Amino acid sequence: MRDFLAGTILPAFDNSRLRKLMDASHLPGGIAFTTDSYVVDPIVFPGGDIGRLAVNGTVNDLVVSGAVPRFLSLGLIIEEGLDWDVLKRILVSIKKAAKAAGVQIVTGDTKVVNQGQGDKIYINTAGIGKVIARPRPARIRPGDKIIVTGTLGEHSLAILTARGDFGLEAKTKSDCAPLTFLLPFWKKGVLWMRDITRGGLATILSELAAESRYPLLIEEAQFPLSRSVRAAADLLGIDPLYLACEGRAVLVVPGNKAGDILQKIKKNPLGRRAAVIGVAEKKIGRPGELILRTSAGGLRLLEPLTSELLPRIC
Amino acid sequence: MSRQDRFRDKKVIRALLRKIAEKKKSLPSPCRIMEVCGTHTMTIHRFGLHPMLADIGVDMVSGPGCPVCITPGEVHEAAIRLVTEKKNLVLATFGDMTRVPTRLGSLQKTTPARGSIIKIIYSPEESLEFARRSRETEVVFFGVGFETTIPSIAVMARSAAGEKLGNYSILSALWLIPPPLRAILTSGEVRISGFLYPGHVSAIIGEKPYEFIAREFGYPGVIAGFEPADILLGILSILDQLAEGKPAVANEYARVVRREGNPVALTLMKKMFEPKDACWRGLGVIPRSGLKLRAEYGAYDAERKYGLRVESSGADLPGCRCGEILRGVLPPPKCPLFGKTCTPESPQGPCMVSFEGACLVHFKYRGIRN
Amino acid sequence: MCLAIPSKVIQIDKEGKAGKIDYLGTKVKANFVLLEGVRVGDWVIVHAGFAISRLDEDEARETLALLREIAEKSSGL
Repeated sequence: MRDFLAGTILPAFDNSRLRKLMDASHLPGGIAFTTDSYVVDPIVFPGGDIGRLAVNGTVNDLVVSGAVPRFLSLGLIIEEGLDWDVLKRILVSIKKAAKAAGVQIVTGDTKVVNQGQGDKIYINTAGIGKVIARPRPARIRPGDKIIVTGTLGEHSLAILTARGDFGLEAKTKSDCAPLTFLLPFWKKGVLWMRDITRGGLATILSELAAESRYPLLIEEAQFPLSRSVRAAADLLGIDPLYLACEGRAVLVVPGNKAGDILQKIKKNPLGRRAAVIGVAEKKIGRPGELILRTSAGGLRLLEPLTSELLPRIC
Repeated sequence: MSRQDRFRDKKVIRALLRKIAEKKKSLPSPCRIMEVCGTHTMTIHRFGLHPMLADIGVDMVSGPGCPVCITPGEVHEAAIRLVTEKKNLVLATFGDMTRVPTRLGSLQKTTPARGSIIKIIYSPEESLEFARRSRETEVVFFGVGFETTIPSIAVMARSAAGEKLGNYSILSALWLIPPPLRAILTSGEVRISGFLYPGHVSAIIGEKPYEFIAREFGYPGVIAGFEPADILLGILSILDQLAEGKPAVANEYARVVRREGNPVALTLMKKMFEPKDACWRGLGVIPRSGLKLRAEYGAYDAERKYGLRVESSGADLPGCRCGEILRGVLPPPKCPLFGKTCTPESPQGPCMVSFEGACLVHFKYRGIRN
Repeated sequence: MCLAIPSKVIQIDKEGKAGKIDYLGTKVKANFVLLEGVRVGDWVIVHAGFAISRLDEDEARETLALLREIAEKSSGL
């Protein structure tokens, strides 16, 4: 996908804002603008549905780019024959999620395509927010801490178990949630934030490592993992580092502020299992590198996810 | 701390490494140990053990421990030919099998004949289930494995025969672990001090099949489990055997492996299969190193059922050096293609495709020294 | 898939052939035909959906005790 973006998309539309490849673009007038399309299969899964995903995903892109989400557009492409009750459920989910995230759906479009020409329903949402901060990855210094706001990989596991691929029975619910509770921390010194979506923590942090002047070191023993993700990891060899979430963020905060920020995040029900999992390093590794200290104590380099192991999870 | 955790705990690992370093002092350098199990390869690299061991003079070498990798290209080509020539056939196999490159491309990129499909499954039983549900469809399970997997394939064949599932057959590449070890030792090509024997193959075959390695060739060996602590306990055992000059087959995985193995599994394997001379990628033909379905179950053997002609040479595609990787003479990072023209996105050989392939493991889990 | 971790048998059919195992609360189907006399509560190793061996409790405890001993001796250095 990255090759496609770099090799085909960027050259076609090249401009300085797009080139930054941020989750949301910052426009003149203090506006942030983002868009995302949702093609998850199955469309209803434990802990949510495609509607809830479509709102929170776009809301979260705005939050982590330093903007307060305000307005969404909603584009629906519906396959003829989609169960009416399912559609209603999805619309109710969208309404509820929008309310919880504090956004209004102000414009939209609906298209119906013939049976067989679309997989039940696809959704596109574009979001507008008010910029309150700018991520500053270049300011990251040795000793700055890396925090994750909760357990890793539950959305992916919920999708996997719903698809029944591995014959796993686990009580996993998607972690799909709005990250708006993190907005106040932009003013408390957060240097950088991303939601841990497709590609998982390792992919997201690899991208940060490429922009950071100092290597990043994360500790496997510190990752917050639910029992079911741990079980899937041990039973099937699925690596939680590459599992997507839909309601978890990773933050980089100055070392001397980490303790305080962590405590405050943990006060929110969505941040209960937040933890410091890493640090920007001076002595281990080289600039541009993302390093894992495994639970056994050995060190290895982490690469971004390149092959798509889990099709259509968001 | 859970039991699982103790086998991975930093303090325990550090202590084991210190012990290894201590014992290593009185032994000649280097100490090179070969493992022949993809899951051992994974554990060693995933937990960053490889560089920590290299630091104290223990070099872990991967041997022919990946069944997808040692299956010759010609066998994969037979599967490709089957699904492109035969209509209304379901070829069921595991994901990594579909991406092995051959002279005919990979299964994944193959266009099946009309009405035929390639179906990715996660357990052999799914293929049988499919055949039961769709009696009019021909179902072929393309399965490879060592002695850990062979009993489950035997169960599939037995069930199919018992239920007279005429639409089901197995295209198999079944490999036995002890014979290539003899071949590697006889060739004298790679310098090793001892062997780590695969924990779950051993759960099936027990300790005896490895005894010739200690008796005839004088090499120490140990059956080891799959947690980091298991690997290190295994290495300690080998160092002890070297220090005492008493090569043997030690069992450091006694919580799972019985001396006699799994008698039910062994009996079933004997009932359904007979030994055959098999051609291994990189190693050529090794006598009695493979298994095939016995004649009375021939109807469930896809090779016989469809008259597939499989003449393997054990050679790699031009430029690919998987054979040398599998013999343990070329560490993956030293292959000129590694990370350049051969990556997980564009693999040149099976070692970069299979979940248990040495090259993929090295690529995904690049260890660094502290 | 191949990774085999000790799991507990929580369900087994009348013939003792098939059932479910539990690992950290996640349940997976398993086939027990390769072992004899499997009972609910046994700990087994499952590979590609088949239980291939039983966990020997005494041996497991011995190995854990050995690891504990090695770690303690080492930290005393």
